[in-house]
Amino acid sequence: MDTICSHTAKTDPRRRPRFRVNPRPLIPLLALACLLLLGIFSAPGAAPGPDTFSQVQEHRLKNGLKVLLLKESRAPIISVQVWYRVGSRNEELGKTGISHLTEHLMFKGTEKIGPKEFTRMVQKPGGSDNAFTSRDYTAYFENGPKTELRRWLEMEADRMRGLKVSQEDFTTERKVVLEERRLRTEDDPISFLMEEVKAVAFKAYPYQWPVIGWFHDVETLTRDDFLKYYRRYYQPNNCTVVVVGDIEPQEALKEVEATFGAIPPGPEPPKVTAKEPRQWGERRVIVHREAQLPFLVMAYHTPNWDNPDAYALELLSGILSQGRSSRLYHNLVYQQRLALQAGADYTLDTAAPALFTLYAQPLPGKTVAQLEAALEAEVKRLQTEPVGEKELQKAKNQTVAGYYMAQDSLFFRGMLLGRLETTARWTLVQEFVPKILQVTAADLQRVAKKYLVADNRNVGILSPIKTDKPKMERFTPGGQIK
Amino acid sequence: MDRLNKAVALGVILTLVWTGAALGASPPKVLGVREKLPNGLVWLFSEQTGLPLVTFSLLVKAGTLQDPQGKEGLANLTAVLLRSGTKKRAAAQIAAELDFLGARLGASGGDDYAQLSLTVLKKDLAAGLEIFQDVLLNPVFAPQEVTRKVAEIQASLKSDEDEPMVVAARTFNKDLFGAFPYGHPTRGTKEGLAAITPKDLVEFHRRYYRPNNAILCVAGDLTLEEARKWVAQILGSWPAGEIPALQLPPVPTLKERKVVMINKDISQANIILGNMGIARDNPDFYALQVMNYILGGGGFASRLMENIRVQRGLAYSVGSQFDPGLKPGYFAVSLETKNASAAEAVEQVLAEMKRIREKPVTPEELQDAKSYLIGSFPRKMDSLSKRAWLMGYTELYGLGLDYPWRYPQLMRDLTPADIQKAAWKYLHPEKFLLVVVGKKSEIPSLFGSQPPAGKEEKKDAQTKPHH
Repeated sequence: MDTICSHTAKTDPRRRPRFRVNPRPLIPLLALACLLLLGIFSAPGAAPGPDTFSQVQEHRLKNGLKVLLLKESRAPIISVQVWYRVGSRNEELGKTGISHLTEHLMFKGTEKIGPKEFTRMVQKPGGSDNAFTSRDYTAYFENGPKTELRRWLEMEADRMRGLKVSQEDFTTERKVVLEERRLRTEDDPISFLMEEVKAVAFKAYPYQWPVIGWFHDVETLTRDDFLKYYRRYYQPNNCTVVVVGDIEPQEALKEVEATFGAIPPGPEPPKVTAKEPRQWGERRVIVHREAQLPFLVMAYHTPNWDNPDAYALELLSGILSQGRSSRLYHNLVYQQRLALQAGADYTLDTAAPALFTLYAQPLPGKTVAQLEAALEAEVKRLQTEPVGEKELQKAKNQTVAGYYMAQDSLFFRGMLLGRLETTARWTLVQEFVPKILQVTAADLQRVAKKYLVADNRNVGILSPIKTDKPKMERFTPGGQIK
Repeated sequence: MDRLNKAVALGVILTLVWTGAALGASPPKVLGVREKLPNGLVWLFSEQTGLPLVTFSLLVKAGTLQDPQGKEGLANLTAVLLRSGTKKRAAAQIAAELDFLGARLGASGGDDYAQLSLTVLKKDLAAGLEIFQDVLLNPVFAPQEVTRKVAEIQASLKSDEDEPMVVAARTFNKDLFGAFPYGHPTRGTKEGLAAITPKDLVEFHRRYYRPNNAILCVAGDLTLEEARKWVAQILGSWPAGEIPALQLPPVPTLKERKVVMINKDISQANIILGNMGIARDNPDFYALQVMNYILGGGGFASRLMENIRVQRGLAYSVGSQFDPGLKPGYFAVSLETKNASAAEAVEQVLAEMKRIREKPVTPEELQDAKSYLIGSFPRKMDSLSKRAWLMGYTELYGLGLDYPWRYPQLMRDLTPADIQKAAWKYLHPEKFLLVVVGKKSEIPSLFGSQPPAGKEEKKDAQTKPHH
């Protein structure tokens, strides 16, 4: 459930749909988290292949900048990534969305680079760039020919401290972000529901608000707000530079030093001190909006990577929703035919404790109440019966295989390092699979009993507003279009 | 007939080999090896070491193009049901065996082909391929599985309507392509799906799932000898068959500006504006690719993004795209903007279309576009899955395995005049299909001056406002 907003919409060039916006997954944020969960982590003890992360080189420059380098010379390509330890959790009510707006403004140019030049300079030799913001981090990247290493590092170093944003550019970009919010949330009933669930689940911790910010907050952010924020968080001592690809690490380190080394460190940015207190009873939120089908979310407070239970929770989410033999798919979608889709989501590498989420969408004719009962039955089963040996082994096998499959992408390897270093520490990548392999059936039962309990639950329901006529009919052949 | 079938018909067996290895430093000039089984199956292979993984990806020319009229969705349904039971394995057993290996077996429909794709750890290759073979050759299409999947697809078609851009896209395709198969969703229509019987699926599979109608792409941690052994073992006995010729209805011609407005209580107008584009074998492809990059395909390097997002702040996402398949696809611009800005955005889209038709692009724009398209090509083949996909793409569209190395030359000679010619030919600022999904009461009149009577067709979707 790690919401990510990016600078530009992404398309997969390998898809060649006819004008087909391929429908976004119903919960895009969950889908992304699942991808992360699937494969990302470390080489197991008895690995079927090499530990690709054993070659990571770690450095810290004098100004506090963290540098992670990984050589992978399959193709003459690199991924340069700059990760700032700032996200929407660093914001305050009334100013939500400032992290993400700042991300957009980072493309507006500096003394050296004109306001329209940044992306063009990256694209010219065949590279591409983008950026994304989450609750915990803001990251910028360039992917492309290895010959561009020095130039891209220079450009990133330049905009770390040297951004120039006119009032006019600020106002225009704020409008763009409002359009992004309309697109992502205002006109998307399931995203809207997810926002509500998080807002009700967190009363004290700043995971309460959406990464993109509340509409009115974004509307009223000022250039001064942005400047203050930028100066506070965009400092070398609050940043990790990752370079993965066809590099010589020693050479690359010299380039990083030559480009970022002279930037003086800034004052240490303020820490987030908030802590979410224990929840003492179920919270429920209902969204009435125009929608084709209802949707149900059940979110439980759970610990993050900092607590050993995280590994059992990670595996638990796999048992519930990884693959077509997983419990939620097999039972709710396939056998009982209650749900169009059902799943579980948990992200271990958040900076602060977050949520373990179950979700389901009923097939037409089935109800949210039926799904809620079915999800509760699955939770109860986890609490009362130990997971069988073969099922446990299956979930572990999936984790190991997924670990290698995810690494097929160079960019993703870099993303994993940057993300872990920003929210936890990058070495988690090497601990993860061994720790997953140690999880026992008793651990799974214990964490299910400890966390997946009604008092710790936040239930969200999308309840479609009834229209006189099913809207579907407008688009059937020979249908309603006059 | 495309090149692939011609080659099959003539019994031509083309084998390309790596030249790079022999020459040492110089890069390989082909993506991989191309071979053919006696049953007609063309297969392509690229050795990729580094990760202990193997991918087998089979493209079968059994896509939306093969959907019979009245049974829209049959091709996709056949593909997705491959995993739902064989003569010796029930659906749940297939899922359980694959999940235990941690393998990924994808089965999906598409416009021009269906795809069955397995990615598995090398140590589990034998077990993975045995399932791959079983689902490909022995699916049973049991009635209860068909019913289940049809209900699921119908529900997902319905659920997708919560995305306004999907609503716009479906309407755009339907109105642009008419009864031509590209006009309906790959997953089909509610009615088309309802008309499909298990017998239809068995028959469709028998007819089109043939080695002489398919391309197999193999990439990963295998030697050529190992790959040969596996391909022969799992697909050598797959019997060839005669593939019926396609009979396709014509695509209707747009004679005027046509506007379709669909009312929905949302904050943005979701806009698609376009007309027909080209098939992949059209020689204009390269000029059109460059023109598209400059107009709206090049992200922040494109004119539409610069004008509509950067200058005016009207949209988060705006761009143009075209979709060259085995048959001609669309060329379209799409964007989302708050309802009140819809007219201004459409006006700017049309202005940019006119500008690129009327004035040649600058030498610098042309150079930047070429240099991006050439320079980004290596990223289309930098992973196992991308490499497998690219090999299949070059084979399906008759481009040859040396395509990546020929591509720069295909780009290099294009001139500003070529780009302008492509714009003239494929952009029609007076004659286009415009679909808008948004809140009608907030959307201003889309065109300042109305065209003369009879020059425009307008449609409104009927819908009742909710209270």
